[in-house]
Amino acid sequence: MNSPIDTKKDYQEYVNQKSPNSPIWRNCLNAFLIGGLICSIGQFIFSFCLYKGLDDTAAGAIVSIILIAITAILTGLNLFNKIGKIAGAGSFVPITGFANSIVSPAMEYKSEGYVMGVGAKMFTVAGPVLVYGISTSIIVGLIYLLFNAQAVLV
Amino acid sequence: MQKLGKQTIKFDTPPTILETACIAGPKEAEGPLAKYFDQCLDDEMWGEKSWEKAESKIVKETVNTLISKSGIPSEKIEYCFAGDLLNQCISSSFGLRELNVPFYGIFGACSTFVEGLQLASVFVENGINYAICSASSHFCSSERQFRFPLELGNQRPPTAQWTVTACGSAMLSKEGNGPYITHITTGKIVDMGIKDANNMGAAMAPAAFDTLMTHFSDTGRKPSYYDAIITGDLGHLRKRYSYRLVPECRI
Repeated sequence: MNSPIDTKKDYQEYVNQKSPNSPIWRNCLNAFLIGGLICSIGQFIFSFCLYKGLDDTAAGAIVSIILIAITAILTGLNLFNKIGKIAGAGSFVPITGFANSIVSPAMEYKSEGYVMGVGAKMFTVAGPVLVYGISTSIIVGLIYLLFNAQAVLV
Repeated sequence: MQKLGKQTIKFDTPPTILETACIAGPKEAEGPLAKYFDQCLDDEMWGEKSWEKAESKIVKETVNTLISKSGIPSEKIEYCFAGDLLNQCISSSFGLRELNVPFYGIFGACSTFVEGLQLASVFVENGINYAICSASSHFCSSERQFRFPLELGNQRPPTAQWTVTACGSAMLSKEGNGPYITHITTGKIVDMGIKDANNMGAAMAPAAFDTLMTHFSDTGRKPSYYDAIITGDLGHLRKRYSYRLVPECRI
């Protein structure tokens, strides 16, 4: 084979150059619009709760509960993946993405049974987020403790 | 049967592809090949409870269609080569359970069908009268096995491929009027280091190209000898990759 693309590196570069990129501007715009819409809905619920006399913590919890419930229902109706295909990060980054990533494997693996399927595989997508999210928060907590030991202890 | 060059076998009494059968899913039914399929499904489940069961049913019904189209009773079929994408070839083994024919479960991912054809043709060349080869896949079951749950709202990059929902099978016989399998060239593993699971076309193109080039040099033929050279499974971006590879070898 007497071609210039003989090495893996050359081929990798060639493929990168020839492969179409994701439509990044369109994806960003869609993510901005739909992500913004989801956050606006959240803000609307939040303000409504405050108006009804709840405090900030309770209102925040209610926002999470409602958005998670809506996502779970939309996932169950096979609609959320259609939204996600357009919205991308817009629906994945808010709490809706997290809810979807737990409900979808639960549905997918139901055919393997409730224990070894739903129970064992529910966290296949969200698991890494939980592991590194919780680990990071512990590390951040330790750093906080280190620099504000006095404040915490007192 | 004689060996030509490095990787090619030439058959003295070429096996005939006596009959073929194919059942395909709803997305495939929208494509330009729909009129060649024996049956197109309206939905991916086909009345079954799981996608894996649906895939097994597709395998079973395709082979039944093949047997009834060919008119060869299943007792006369001596060997069966079949494979799919799932763990332990479950679609093929459950689908062909009732066939009662000696069974080789094979795995070659995208090359499974041709792998089966090659093995079956070697058997037929060496005295077997009838052999079946079959390959199947199902979009939903392979998404689940290799990627993410279908309900997950994620985006696919433009290079991502879509696993076909279908089963194809062929009956090879010792005697017949063609089409014949005259030569087989088995490819090597060619790994050019593509790590992107969403760009399998680029990962496979070098192997397809290498096999074609070896076939030409083993048989002493030129591409112009053929009416058509068909490679599958490289995705709609294959042209971009292989066209660049071909002219540079000055064939």
